[in-house]
Amino acid sequence: MSRRVVVTGLGVVSPNGMGVPAFLDAIRNGVSGIRHVPQYEALKFNCQVAGLPQFEWERLKNYVSEVTFHGLQGRAIAYGLMAAVDAWRDAGNEAGGDQTLWDTGCVFGSSVAEVETVKKIFNRVDAGEARKLGSRVVEQFMNSGITAYISGKLGLGNRIIANSAACATGTQAILMGYEYIQQGMAKRMLVGSSEHVDPYIFAAFDSMRILSRKFNSEPEKASRPMSRSAGGFVPGSGAGALILEDLEYALQRKARIYAELLGGACNSGGQRNGGSMTAPAAPGVIRCITDALANARVRPESIDLISGHLTATAADTLEIQNWCLALERNGCNFPLINSLKSMIGHSLSAAGSIEAVGTVLQIRHQFAHPNINLEDPNGEILKLIDLSRMPVKKVDTPINIVAKANFGFGDVNACLIFSKYNQHG
Amino acid sequence: MDRRAILEELKKVLEPYTENKELLGNIDEQTDLVKDLKINSSNLVDVIIDAEAKYDVEIDFDSAEKMFTVGSCIDVIQEKVNK
Repeated sequence: MSRRVVVTGLGVVSPNGMGVPAFLDAIRNGVSGIRHVPQYEALKFNCQVAGLPQFEWERLKNYVSEVTFHGLQGRAIAYGLMAAVDAWRDAGNEAGGDQTLWDTGCVFGSSVAEVETVKKIFNRVDAGEARKLGSRVVEQFMNSGITAYISGKLGLGNRIIANSAACATGTQAILMGYEYIQQGMAKRMLVGSSEHVDPYIFAAFDSMRILSRKFNSEPEKASRPMSRSAGGFVPGSGAGALILEDLEYALQRKARIYAELLGGACNSGGQRNGGSMTAPAAPGVIRCITDALANARVRPESIDLISGHLTATAADTLEIQNWCLALERNGCNFPLINSLKSMIGHSLSAAGSIEAVGTVLQIRHQFAHPNINLEDPNGEILKLIDLSRMPVKKVDTPINIVAKANFGFGDVNACLIFSKYNQHG
Repeated sequence: MDRRAILEELKKVLEPYTENKELLGNIDEQTDLVKDLKINSSNLVDVIIDAEAKYDVEIDFDSAEKMFTVGSCIDVIQEKVNK
């Protein structure tokens, strides 16, 4: 029996909106979450803007006990926990019951553990104060810190996995959760990813000279995917979470169904054929997209919208070319395509899950969000697809099937196929 | 520093680690930190680190192992303070 997997809950911590209602409003209206960061100017970074959630630490008290709150410092943990618990509640569940939920697991990823927490450890240890570290640092620097907090809060008792695949992490987490349910290993999976780009991580990307540096005085214009003036990405932070559920299980408990996840694929170009540590190999990307379509049993002409990776670097053109080749569609026949990164920047591991939340919302509310800052479309891209395929204003249109892909360092790719829920499949 | 004064300060140290604050209202020297106040045993390390800062003392590992009731905490702190 082939199990169907549906999305029943969403949670998001995004630079342009805390929580689903604010985020939905922001992506409908093309609201930027990119801001100037005075600290980055003081640190002499080339890029001095970032996508930072308007996050108040005190709000965490609604998510953890007072004892847990005392001593919690990790931002990626905070973002991830908040998005995950919001998604859980959004799906109509109570958070924090006494029972272990054996049928529910979690795949939640990040790129790096809490670097700022690790810095505090370095400082203490180097000062000869190792004994003052206390009991709360290990749980915050371990890579599974976020999943440990989430599963502990909700009592999740199935597989608990912290995955990491650079910028494909979030997309990969969602696919892993989908596969566990499909295989009958779990009834529900809480999936997503989280990232806090602190100054140290930011600096490492800045030094690679791949960040946007010409719009420091106009932060909202700094992230410009698919445009001629795209000069690098803008790092962002945040988290996205989805509740994936076996359709039968969801119907039984009369859950609200946002959308269906039809399938997906995850692979690597092997850093061959033009692929490298930092660049995706075209054959790998194309294969990932066609494998995802085959897995989802969807024909390329059925795709209404692509939620691209599209970070605002030179790789944008290559990405569009790969989509054209994989779908065998181009010009006016190309699907609509948008990049949430135009509004919130690139939140590395969190990108895939925040963009997936955006994808599900576009299906639920039948619109394609705008690409902001697309004032000067890249001429090379216009040779491949028609200008009308890259909306600069919200488009209200039937959105039945969306392809969501992300590509990460290490030449890793992940692609998901979401669909509007139709009870007859 | 007399035992009464240490107890009052100790309550403040224990407060962030005690989920049910009402339990702090009627503590006495017999109160067990883990059994009675329901403090997570892994947090006893943090209680000791905070107590060190509060009373400006250093509590060695051997002394710390004795600190499982309010009374034994006061014993150790009093000994270190008066040293």
